[in-house]
Amino acid sequence: MSLLSVRNLRTHFDTDGGIVKAVDDVSFDLEPGKTLGIVGESGSGKSVTNLSIMRLIPSPPGRIVSGQVIFGEKDLLKLPTEEIRKVRGKRIGMIFQDPMSSLNPFMRISRQLMEVTELHMGHSSKQAREHAVNMLQLVGIPDAAARMDSYPHEFSGGMRQRVMIAMALSCRPELLIADEPTTALDVTIQAQILELIKKIKAEIQTSVILITHDLGVVAGMADTIIVMYAGKVFERASAMDLFDRPANPYTKGLLMSVPDPLRESTARGELYQIPGLPPDPANLPAGCPFAPRCDKAADICRREFPPMVQVAPSHESLCHFAKEVYGESAHLHS
Amino acid sequence: MSTPELIAGNSLFHQAMRRLVRNRLAVFGMVIVGIIALAAIFGPAIIFRATGYTYDYIPADSNLVKSFAPSWMHPMGTDNEGRDLLARVLLGGRISLMVGIISTVVSLLIGVAYGATAGYAGGKLDELMMRIVDVLFAIPYMMVVIVLLALFGRHTALGQLFLLFIALGAVSWLTMARIVRGQVISLKNQEFILAARATGVPKWKIVLRHLVPNTLGPVIVYATLEVPAVMLLEAFLSFLGLGVQAPLASWGSLASEGIQNIAVFPWQLIFPGVTMALTLFSLNFIGDGLRDALDPQTKRS
Repeated sequence: MSLLSVRNLRTHFDTDGGIVKAVDDVSFDLEPGKTLGIVGESGSGKSVTNLSIMRLIPSPPGRIVSGQVIFGEKDLLKLPTEEIRKVRGKRIGMIFQDPMSSLNPFMRISRQLMEVTELHMGHSSKQAREHAVNMLQLVGIPDAAARMDSYPHEFSGGMRQRVMIAMALSCRPELLIADEPTTALDVTIQAQILELIKKIKAEIQTSVILITHDLGVVAGMADTIIVMYAGKVFERASAMDLFDRPANPYTKGLLMSVPDPLRESTARGELYQIPGLPPDPANLPAGCPFAPRCDKAADICRREFPPMVQVAPSHESLCHFAKEVYGESAHLHS
Repeated sequence: MSTPELIAGNSLFHQAMRRLVRNRLAVFGMVIVGIIALAAIFGPAIIFRATGYTYDYIPADSNLVKSFAPSWMHPMGTDNEGRDLLARVLLGGRISLMVGIISTVVSLLIGVAYGATAGYAGGKLDELMMRIVDVLFAIPYMMVVIVLLALFGRHTALGQLFLLFIALGAVSWLTMARIVRGQVISLKNQEFILAARATGVPKWKIVLRHLVPNTLGPVIVYATLEVPAVMLLEAFLSFLGLGVQAPLASWGSLASEGIQNIAVFPWQLIFPGVTMALTLFSLNFIGDGLRDALDPQTKRS
């Protein structure tokens, strides 16, 4: 029984340029205790997918057009507002990209942490305070009891992200959604934060959805990975399979874009990039949205939308030539 | 020290206050306003103890001229009826400051509630609420106040005063509502509001605890500048004879009486006029100082 099951989710935005299909027919499952990585370029619909799960899409202009988000046997999209509020923060915790702006600058850290458990666990302010101290210790804030009455601007970026993690995990949620949790941090802190998420995940037995555009981040964290492009799932595979044998030209391009000092071209000082730009989301081309940038593109790609092809038991790719690409990838390694 | 030292944390507000007390003009303003406020509160009682005069005591002599120049007995002289001008100026200060502060508080309450609601709700409700503000803005507010005072006023001196609070507050919340709405709109898309929503904080709590406190900077600045503006408005109304009625006094009504005799009894205009100007100056200094302190980046060099 999966913990979270997203089925045919579509979220659209009404803009002046037309309807933007930010998330278009996205489906995935997440088992309890597992980590799902969602990878894609900016604007590929990663964040909108997860905001849709939490029903936090700004509306207007956004609206969830169709689909189901089954979480613990209930469809979150059908819950009344009062009920979804009890899920947010209690059963699903969320961490955001920019720790510098995701804490209220006018509230003490302690108050912001206490607010969560007072709200969801009916803590008195004394209990909430104790709990907040414990959470801050858990996420590795030294001297937590003394420092918790500071204001956010007195903490560094890495420490604020730790506070955000403490806040998101205060009620021991079943699911933690981390939306690019390390993008705004410098590299040394990134590693610490990822380690922390890993450690706490094991400690409180939560599932994680990790959104990122950094393949290195998901490589060490995720069990399953989905690759998104233009609001669609392009490839779905276990982390091992995806890095080992990508079955989609876009995934291959993404992997190639990571500088590898051992690769011959990189050693010569050349960096690979996927040619072209992501398509205008309000005005997607007919056929495969990646076709204009794909070196494998044939006439059929420009004409017809590609099918989801199963290349291995739990490995799918949205491509007319999925099997061939999968075959070539194997060849690369042999 | 046996107990571990708590790091209490320095709020952005405390830092702003520290910048404020370093601003000499603002400190000067606060001292002057403080002195005048204290004098207005306690002054009349002290004068009564010292000389036996009150603001409405009319001496029962039959001199033709009752207005005397400043003397030891009457430091600011007396008015046309022979009443002690110092006592009247201090009472006037009491009423003028009260009008300024109470009307500002009224406009603050209406404006913040209205603006925050419109800004956070957004969409059609926001559109409707702001069009109402536009329409109200188009009505000359001076007219509204004059009509209100003319229709309902003149029953009792106190009733008139109360009406003045309401009328001035009711016309000055519009700008406040616009400021708060603008702030709320720019804040509500910030990540910390999204983070609060993602932890399941109910809407009213988001508005009250997360949005409104973050708008306070500009609101406080506007409110401090609003106090002298309202006081000036009150003075203007009293000058026209629509505001405070004798035997009560405000700086406006005193100036209005004084200007009729300016050639003969100049002190009748000079003392209330100077006191009022000094207060308004000081309040404006405080407002400017607060703006610089709360938003150090826009400080004019």
